[in-house]
Amino acid sequence: MEHNPAAIEAISRHDGHLRGTALSLRGIVKRYGEREVLRGIDLEIQPGEFVAIVGRSGCGKSTLLRVIARLEDTQGGVQLHNGRQQLTLDDTRIMFQEPRLLPWKRVLANVALGLPPARHPEALEVLTEVGLAERGQEWPSRLSGGQRQRVALARALAHRPRLLLLDEPLGALDALTRIEMHELIERLWLQHGFTALLVTHDVQEAIALADRVILIEDGRVTQDLAVRLPRPRARGDASFAALEARLLDQLLGRQPQDRDHASDLAA
Amino acid sequence: MSTLSSHRWNRLLPWIPPALLLILWQLLAQTGVISVRVLPSPASIVRAAWTLTASGELLQHVIVSSRRALTGFAIGGGLGLLLGLATGSSRRLELLLDTSLQMLRNIPPLALIPLVILWFGIDEAAKLFIVAIGVFFPLYLNTFHGIRSVDPGLIEMARSYGLSGWRLYLDVILPGALSSILVGVRFSLGLMWVLLIVAETVSAADGIGHMTMNAREFLMTDVVLVGVLMYALLGKLADVIARALERLLLRWHPGYQS
Repeated sequence: MEHNPAAIEAISRHDGHLRGTALSLRGIVKRYGEREVLRGIDLEIQPGEFVAIVGRSGCGKSTLLRVIARLEDTQGGVQLHNGRQQLTLDDTRIMFQEPRLLPWKRVLANVALGLPPARHPEALEVLTEVGLAERGQEWPSRLSGGQRQRVALARALAHRPRLLLLDEPLGALDALTRIEMHELIERLWLQHGFTALLVTHDVQEAIALADRVILIEDGRVTQDLAVRLPRPRARGDASFAALEARLLDQLLGRQPQDRDHASDLAA
Repeated sequence: MSTLSSHRWNRLLPWIPPALLLILWQLLAQTGVISVRVLPSPASIVRAAWTLTASGELLQHVIVSSRRALTGFAIGGGLGLLLGLATGSSRRLELLLDTSLQMLRNIPPLALIPLVILWFGIDEAAKLFIVAIGVFFPLYLNTFHGIRSVDPGLIEMARSYGLSGWRLYLDVILPGALSSILVGVRFSLGLMWVLLIVAETVSAADGIGHMTMNAREFLMTDVVLVGVLMYALLGKLADVIARALERLLLRWHPGYQS
């Protein structure tokens, strides 16, 4: 069944909320020569969960994502499964820091990249979902930075991934565009039901989007917080702000002062 | 109105210096300040060009020369492209071939003329060989460099989106190298005419080079100048075609969008 894409397709279409894959990481270690970037990461991620990985630059969070996408090899085990069966890497798509669109292909052809010809019409569907249907015949160089990342998002979603990896994809965008992108990503995640793993250095972005925020410091998981705020989340909200302050304190190595309220929320 | 006329004025401007030069030249030749042996008047060059065109002789020479240039370009450029793709795509082939090719590159093709005459005599193959070897290196080097400078991020992305083998090559690597390859094409086209001129001047029974060398023996300076003008025109034509090719193939590139 795993070798029959059509069968998987049928299941996922009829049962949207079961699309996401579970992800198990066991003892992930990554070394570059002498330097140990990841020092034994264990993580269980539920199907359909939105998990944000937060950390300072150089803490190994991007490397972890690249390990999961098999762009880097590792000692340790990465498993994708949906409870009963193993899933392949084909069920995973990654969105990079830069859009990485092919400049010599029109926007629509970029979205269709890697799709079998029979599924090319779906490219226009996802391009419509990110609100860029009418820009399909343009060259990527004519789009703004935010639009390019939306095309990159559409390209990832065109493959109907069960796991979407987001490697700080909004880092280069301006504040307003970021907020729009947050809303778009949240909406598409709710609609498609994939599992999402977002790497970011922006604590606010993590809390705005994720069910769970995982802090990585020095190659280890140091914090695993469930975020139980109702969606859509208001940034000005007191509990939002408390949680944000608490995570920032930890990241900056400050003593948490009076954060009882936040710990209630993130039990 | 004023923008229109200034636009026209801008288009006219580059033609003023050559026009003035032509008038001055015509005056000097007519008044006998310059000897007709040294530099015939523009009018007599036009007359010579007309006579040669009317008899069909000029066209015949142009066709022969162009055929030689293009055949040499196709052979040398094609090999350069293929080898550049090969060494650009495979570290092992680069290791195997690149040092030898860099060594050969430092030999000026024109230095090979005596050797080429010994090998091929003065027939067609000699001229093709000189042109082919000259246009080989610009295409080889630029293709190699183009393949190596394709953004590794794009290749990584394409692989993780399921592209591999020929699809990866045709969708990502080749288009990524294209602007560099086309720079090589332009360089090669320029060299192509230079090398052909020399090869035809050394020995040929037809072609523009033959026409000019023949005219020199009969002191027909006007015909020599017609030949020089033909080379200039053909060189320019090759460049125009190369630029049109760039605009067509690189129309996605912000640097080539109007």
